[in-house]
Amino acid sequence: MTQPVTPDLARSFGLSDAEYQRVLAIMGRTPSLTELGIFSVMWSEHCSYKSSRIWLKTLPTTAPWVIHGPGENAGVVDIGEGLAAIFKMESHNHPSFIEPFQGAATGVGGILRDVFTMGARPIANLNALRFGDPSLPVTKRVVDGVVRGIGGYGNCVGVPTVGGETNFHPAYNGNPLVNAMTVGIAAQDKIFLSAAAGLGNPVVYVGSKTGRDGIHGATMASAEFAADSEEKRPTVQVGDPFIEKLLIEACLELMATDAIVAIQDMGAAGLTSSSVEMAGKGGVGIDLDLDAVPQRETGMSAYEMMLSESQERMLIVLNPAREAMARAIFEKWELDFAVIGHITDTGRIVVRHQGRIEADIALQPLADQAPLYERPYSLPTRPAPLSLPADPIGLDAALLRLLACPDLAAKNWIWDQYDATVGGQTIKRPGQADAAIVRIPGTQRALALTTDCTPRYCAADPEQGGAQAIVEAWRNITATGATPLAVTDNLNFGNPEKPAIMGQIVAAIRGMGAACRALDFPIVSGNVSLYNETEGQPILPTPAIGGLGVIDSAAHATGIAPRHGDHLILIGATTGELGQSLWLREILHREDGAPPAIHFAAERANGDFVRAQIHAGHVTACHDISDGGLLIALAEMALAANPVAGLGLTLTHTPLTLPPHAFWFGEDQARYIIATPHPARILAAASAAAIPATQLGHVEPHQHGEAHLTLPDGKAISISALRSANQRFFAEWFA
Amino acid sequence: MQAGIILFPGINRERDIAIALESSLGHKPKLIWHRETTLTDIDLVVIPGGFSYGDYLRAGAMAAQSPIMRAVADHAARGGYVLGVCNGFQILTEAQLLPGALLRNQSLRFLSMDCHLRVERSDTVFTSHYQRGAVFRAPMAHGDGNYIAAPATLDQLEAENLIALRYVTPAGEATPEANLNGSARNIAGILSPNLRILGLMPHPENLIDPLTGGTDGKPLFDSLATIGLATIGLASIGLASIGIA
Repeated sequence: MTQPVTPDLARSFGLSDAEYQRVLAIMGRTPSLTELGIFSVMWSEHCSYKSSRIWLKTLPTTAPWVIHGPGENAGVVDIGEGLAAIFKMESHNHPSFIEPFQGAATGVGGILRDVFTMGARPIANLNALRFGDPSLPVTKRVVDGVVRGIGGYGNCVGVPTVGGETNFHPAYNGNPLVNAMTVGIAAQDKIFLSAAAGLGNPVVYVGSKTGRDGIHGATMASAEFAADSEEKRPTVQVGDPFIEKLLIEACLELMATDAIVAIQDMGAAGLTSSSVEMAGKGGVGIDLDLDAVPQRETGMSAYEMMLSESQERMLIVLNPAREAMARAIFEKWELDFAVIGHITDTGRIVVRHQGRIEADIALQPLADQAPLYERPYSLPTRPAPLSLPADPIGLDAALLRLLACPDLAAKNWIWDQYDATVGGQTIKRPGQADAAIVRIPGTQRALALTTDCTPRYCAADPEQGGAQAIVEAWRNITATGATPLAVTDNLNFGNPEKPAIMGQIVAAIRGMGAACRALDFPIVSGNVSLYNETEGQPILPTPAIGGLGVIDSAAHATGIAPRHGDHLILIGATTGELGQSLWLREILHREDGAPPAIHFAAERANGDFVRAQIHAGHVTACHDISDGGLLIALAEMALAANPVAGLGLTLTHTPLTLPPHAFWFGEDQARYIIATPHPARILAAASAAAIPATQLGHVEPHQHGEAHLTLPDGKAISISALRSANQRFFAEWFA
Repeated sequence: MQAGIILFPGINRERDIAIALESSLGHKPKLIWHRETTLTDIDLVVIPGGFSYGDYLRAGAMAAQSPIMRAVADHAARGGYVLGVCNGFQILTEAQLLPGALLRNQSLRFLSMDCHLRVERSDTVFTSHYQRGAVFRAPMAHGDGNYIAAPATLDQLEAENLIALRYVTPAGEATPEANLNGSARNIAGILSPNLRILGLMPHPENLIDPLTGGTDGKPLFDSLATIGLATIGLASIGLASIGIA
């Protein structure tokens, strides 16, 4: 590429005219093509968070157990016994629409590198997926490709995929969301950071060779889609999980030594962002010699190498005395190892290629003068509460219809394609508990992991929706008996230059922050994905939350399957919140009203009560109540208990003050169902603690050939009918 | 009994099987890098699951050409024991230490779920701690587990009683529904004629602990612990072969 650098070219690279003027002021001259490329990716929304940064700063990020909050490659929390959990969630939305398999696969690869670059062995992957209307052929193609991509990468690298969530809504027709989360474990005294140091220290490139794939991917992720998005396919990276697996093993082997000064993966904006960020954080300079970069294509320009997003590459600043040993490790794993530069004291990044200086930029203004926007926003008006609609079809028909709807349909078609057991530490697999439970290797402790967000609540009321995503993650961890520790977030929104969208962002962050503060559940890492719009149509605001908790005794980890003889007790108050409920959407085809109210004090009190009962050994099973309400949660417990057990659930409670459909399908928050052989103990403890508790029914073996879920009015639905309704959607879709 | 786990690039269940072996043997297995050319003081060679060489070309095809595989073949020729699980089974067929091949699953999708396996014979060092006909549960996690062989080979495997494990229903019936990956004759695992090599697709090593879902897989590793205890081993085989075990 030899085109002259002009304001037009800058605009085509995604820089505004004002931003380009700032580039000219910093450089004091017209930048070279490579320099313009570096500015444009470092100042892209994806890398600079220029629209969201001022709001992200308002989120709580500290707690006594937080070791590293936002700012490193991933968040780090103390999980006891000298160990740390390192975790983060990141989006790969735009690439996953253009090329679903590779987009999703490289999303998994990228988030894995963010975690193992800090010294952690990855022990679990999760994901949060949103797709468009299932009746569209494109949705089926995207779902199939994304699921194959996540499985293809995660299964091969040998990290179990243990949890996730999947929603469908037409707002994602042209813009699916693929948010991937990785959790790793490291010793607290062996955590690796990215700040470069040491004048003259070698800068080493390891991993795959650099090609022309993914050039300007970060810029693509910072713009809306038009109908020609197919033409952007060359900007999507291609993943190689086999190389990633070798890279994990080689990096962890090197990390067991004292060779590494600093390390960072080459993610979005590849060599540019890794070198700029490492040198910038360390307050040093960096000289790169691109002739030394391992290349898999000939004739690559400096611009192409600096902007390439080829996958499975890391940048390491080494202790020079250990260079030979480090090289031997990477040669053993048959990975490229090349010294491509050194650390300087100039405070500048200097890029040399074929005898020419292709870039020479002062790092401090590149970082400090990065654009930061306080974009105008208009806060959405809160919807009026729903006035209670009549029930046209009855409990049993509504139950079967809801269990069959895409959002509530069993997701085993998806998770059966993900290896959930590799590693041998998976205690609760997908579907067995509200959060995945993975033992911390070598200990009796386990992590509880979940991803949550209810986008329809966020669309109706982003502040309540943002808070709800946090409290639901907290509840899902609590329902397993674990103690919630911290959060990673993935904020997916539309175009922030539109005040209404910016208002959603501001309100959602406000709600999340309030919930995190109320629950001592800080945000330690995250990612922002904006411009999720196609042809001007934005997605539903989707602040996806990844929650992490720890349970001291893995043997206490509790699933959702009740046992024979158990009694079912509802914890928490029910007022029959049908606004924005799935019942309203699926039965009356309405998406209106206010989402359920969030009561932080009740969330905390009810959750702490449930956790204490689990630790006391009184609880066989526990399930939080979320999408679809109480009766859906009970049906899910009935399905989890069968077919192994052949158990029926008999509901005996009749609500006195609410119509049945509001009671059984309302989506009131702060509620759990506990299955216990000791109902009197639970009820007495709840009464003493002023926690609302209601006996709902009991669990018993089937009597007449088949187990049933029996409703309070005596109507009985066979478990097999529940199961076939629940399985129908994916079975028919991919028949 | 000394077990050695072969490490190919891309293998990913080596730690899982090391834990399972250690829990039954009482000591750690050796780890053997793929560039090694000899096997010394190893009674049992284990080739674990994963994606050796990324499954490029064909699952197991490149690992089968690795230097260490000549040593494994020599070990087998000397009557040494070999266990190949998942990718290990694929490597053993590619190396022609076991007959047949493993194709893409019939559904053309990766399958990660529990299956049920019927123990077709218990008079082997791999299965002596199971009853003949016993059904046990094991996770499976593979994209290429669809066992195939020429009809004559399948007939021979049946005639010589070399089918170790079949996919069955929880009640023990070898139905098409239980045969999740579409394998010929519901075959999940096969033995060499001298009964010293076993290849199987599912992962008993991931079900050896009540906390992670059960101990159905543990008897396989307890069985292996008897290797080298010559008299006991022979005695148990003798008892089993006359139908007592």
